[in-house]
Amino acid sequence: MAKTVDARGFSCPQPVILAQKAIQEGQFPIEVLVETVTSRENVRRMAEMKSCKVEVIEQEDEFKLVLTK
Amino acid sequence: MTGTIIGVLGTLLQKLGNPKNMGICVACFERDIAGALGLHRATVVQYIRPEVIGFVLGSTIAALLFREFKARSGSAPIVRYILGVFAMIGALAFLGCPWRASFRLAGGDLTAIPGLLGLAVGITIGVMFLRSGYNLGRSHKTYPAVGWIMPALMVGLLLLQIFHPVFSEDGPIFFSESGPGAMFAPLAISLSVGLLIGFLAQRTRFCTMGAVRDIILMRDFHLFSGLLALILTAFFANLVFEQFNPGYSAQPVAHSNLIWNLLGMMLSGMAYTLAGGCPGRQLFLSGEGDGDSGVFVFGMITGAAFSHNFNLAGKPDALADGVLTVGSLTPFGMAAVLLGLAVCLAIGFSMREKFE
Repeated sequence: MAKTVDARGFSCPQPVILAQKAIQEGQFPIEVLVETVTSRENVRRMAEMKSCKVEVIEQEDEFKLVLTK
Repeated sequence: MTGTIIGVLGTLLQKLGNPKNMGICVACFERDIAGALGLHRATVVQYIRPEVIGFVLGSTIAALLFREFKARSGSAPIVRYILGVFAMIGALAFLGCPWRASFRLAGGDLTAIPGLLGLAVGITIGVMFLRSGYNLGRSHKTYPAVGWIMPALMVGLLLLQIFHPVFSEDGPIFFSESGPGAMFAPLAISLSVGLLIGFLAQRTRFCTMGAVRDIILMRDFHLFSGLLALILTAFFANLVFEQFNPGYSAQPVAHSNLIWNLLGMMLSGMAYTLAGGCPGRQLFLSGEGDGDSGVFVFGMITGAAFSHNFNLAGKPDALADGVLTVGSLTPFGMAAVLLGLAVCLAIGFSMREKFE
């Protein structure tokens, strides 16, 4: 069961903080939902720095990022 | 990259007429716009700055081209408004936003250093709130027309700038006849530079507050590289244009009162962090459909009106007949900065969500 972080609608840097907390908890895979390209890129950059693999799925005008170790 | 271009173009704008060490200052320029509309009557700082119009519209164009234009709103607008008001009061105590602090430093104005230090302290406090669960709640998708309000208002401002109507005798639109407000680069150039920077900044998310915040929050130097590039290129461009004058007192449109430079920018830094972006970034966001950023911008314009109407803004150092009068804040200005710090702390402490 994937852990879902719903960061839709939050402005910078909230999505990154939420995703970071989830990574620290260490229960993978993590699905992060975001709305803007800015948040998508910020979460991706942070996750890659924490050596996670990031897969982006575009859903209508939202994004789902799946983070795995 | 964007930082480099802002650095070069900003110094070039100074060469072409913009006030010294103020190639581009988002806070000062919004203050000038407030003055031009008659929201404050400080006659030396009234002008509709085309750069600001360009920032918003350039961002709109970029967002549309890359399909990132998204109308959204509804994340505690009134709090963002208040943060905007105090962000401006703090910025005008120092006499500049983070961009101008960088330009001042690059022009040799050493009073920018306490300002930048204060900014960093303010951002650090803001980050502590972010870490402990502070947020202003979610924004929501809304009608596309909501996202078009800010770009439309900017078009309106542009029309006022071009046609310069005078609505009544001794009434607005005011354009300064002397002082910083009377110093400006040609309209077409200012507007083009604004559009270009707005476009690039929308693409790269250039943000001076974010630059410092991301380092503290997650050791991420991505945005900081942009800020550093701005300072370095502006420094070299100043050397080339012979605009570099190192010194601490009597710098252009600046005062050398250490404590209030520091506290003013500390207030601004905290307000930007709690609101999620520096004044420039808020303009770019408002251009790509973020209504809450638009509210922050209006907060800043209101703050500028308060600052000058209530005599809160910093007084620049004055050098007359070789006698230096050190500028500072009025007691009202000092009280306003302290009140702002208290309000920001109250917002930070009271708007925290417990993480599950």
